[in-house]
Formats: sequence, C-alpha cells, structure tokens
Amino acid sequence: MEQEKVIKDLKNKFSDKIKEISTQFGEKIVVFEKDSLLDVFRFLKDKPYDFAMLLDLTCVDYKGQQNRFEMVYHLFSLSSNLRLRLKTRLPEKEPSIESLTGEWKNANWLEREVYDMFGIQFSGHPYLKRLFMYDGFEGHPLRKDYPLRKRQPKIPMRK
Amino acid sequence: MKGGFITTTFNSMLGWGRKYSLYQYPFITACCGMEYMSVACAHYDLDRFGMGWTRFSPRQADMLLVVGTITQKEAPVLKTVYDQMTEPKWVVAFGACALSGGIYDNYAVVQGIDKIIPVDVYIPGCPPRPETILDALIKLQEKVQKEGHEWRWSKKK
Ligand code: SF4
Repeated sequence: MEQEKVIKDLKNKFSDKIKEISTQFGEKIVVFEKDSLLDVFRFLKDKPYDFAMLLDLTCVDYKGQQNRFEMVYHLFSLSSNLRLRLKTRLPEKEPSIESLTGEWKNANWLEREVYDMFGIQFSGHPYLKRLFMYDGFEGHPLRKDYPLRKRQPKIPMRK
Repeated sequence: MKGGFITTTFNSMLGWGRKYSLYQYPFITACCGMEYMSVACAHYDLDRFGMGWTRFSPRQADMLLVVGTITQKEAPVLKTVYDQMTEPKWVVAFGACALSGGIYDNYAVVQGIDKIIPVDVYIPGCPPRPETILDALIKLQEKVQKEGHEWRWSKKK
C-alpha cells in the first residue's frame, strides 16, 4: 500500500470531512472534522489500510486562536510500514471529543493524560480520571493559562 | 598491664559505633540512582565506610538516602517512610532535584525535600560525582560522631 493511495482513498471517502492535507518532513498530515473522528479512524484501521497501531495521541494548546485546542493522532501501519498524522481542532469552551478506547486499548491512558493535562473531555471513555496529577489537583497544568509558579502540594510543607 | 586498655567517654564510643554502621534506605526515584549504584558497588564501595547494608525496611535503617526527583504526588510516600524510621535517623538529599527541585521548577515537583522532612547533608550536582557522595557521607559520619547521644531522643521535627 502506498501512502498516496491511502490519502486518495481517504479524500474520496470523506471528501466533505477532510479539511486539509499537507506534507511536512515527508509525512502526511490530515486535518479532519471533529465529528467524523470515529468514521475516519475505523476506516483507516480496517484492511486494506491496516493502521492497526495508535502510536500517540496528544493535544496542543494554541491559546488565543479561535479553536484553541488541537488534538493530534499518530497512526502506524505494521503491514505497509506507513505513518499518518491526523489533527482536529476543539473549541476553548468545553472541549470534548469522542474516545478512541473502543478501537485501541492504549487510547485509555493516553486520553486520561490529555484529560489531566489539558482538560479535554472524551465521551465514551470508561474511566476518565487524572493519570499523573492527584485527586484534588485544580486546573490543567499544560494549558497555557495555568500560572507558571502555581504550586498545589499534596501534603503541607514544612516552615 | 596485660592486654592494655583505652579510655573514652560513653558518647564518643556510641558515636563511633553508629557512624560505622549506618544502614541505608535508598529512596531512588530518578537518574541520580545511576550514580548511587556506582557508589554502592565495588568501584567506589560504600562498604568501606560501614554503609554497605541496604535495608529496604525503613524500620531497620539509620540513613535515608533521597536520590532523585520527588514529585508532589510522591511526597506523602517519602514522608511516611521517614516517619517509619526509628530514631536516631539521618537524611541525605542526593542530587540537585532532591536539594531544590533542580531543573524541574514546575507544578509537579517538590522544590527540595527539606520542604517535607529535615535534611542532614546535602549533595549538590546533577548528578553528583561518586567522589562528592563519598565526601558527603564522610561528613555525615563526622556529624554522627559529634552528635549528643542522649538516652531519650528528643524528636526531630
Ligand atoms: S539531579 Fe539531575 S541526575 Fe539527579 S535526579 Fe535530578 S535531573 Fe536526574
């Protein structure tokens, strides 16, 4: 399977949902509409495209831009040795997106991390709790508006 | 006189005994652990100074080595381990992270373990060289030797 064919089929199938396709450092980047997440990913996971591996799932905070949060997904196809990066934008107010836990088990912790650090809600996630920070931690530390020097110790400090 | 004798004071004998039998509890969380391993193993050999025993039970340890980054989430664990140790006990902050948070001046990391527990010796460096560690531990031995050893321990806070 060639990368061009994947991109072409993706374009044909989801012509109205794919907003932009670009190339950076030889890798394709696909920007899609948020509501088509599950359709696009199921399509890519199935044969013959066979992107069976979710390499990474993360988020970027572009504070000040219209759709503030950008979700970034990295897929890998073991059979054809292809990589694909997919992106979509979420609004600042109540950012939420469908969970991928039904498709990939490892999305569970990755999404919990994104929830912990950025406060993105994943609908359909079985156990959306903080992964790194503790219960009682307020705010989401990787958001650009989290104060740089804000400390929230878990136990009282001496002195 | 046959066999000879020495004179000493009780305190200095007790200090001598203690400083050469410091059982350590290594609380290792990050990259400094590599340096700790090289110090503890045969090349630098902590055993020469009577610190060869690692006791992975805080109740049997005299010296708590805090090696590496302590996060806020981990702070209660470290505090519990310290509280479980029996008196007399000494704490060594090992590496820049344990000293002051090191390069991690952020939301997740405790800015120095002395914010949670009292520290006796600080070892700077990221990570400290094994020679620095030996030097610091010898300083700790001096401190142990000089300490007033009362029968009833006034609890450190
Ligand atoms: S002081 Fe440096 S080497 Fe030691 S734990 Fe911190 S970052 Fe790692």
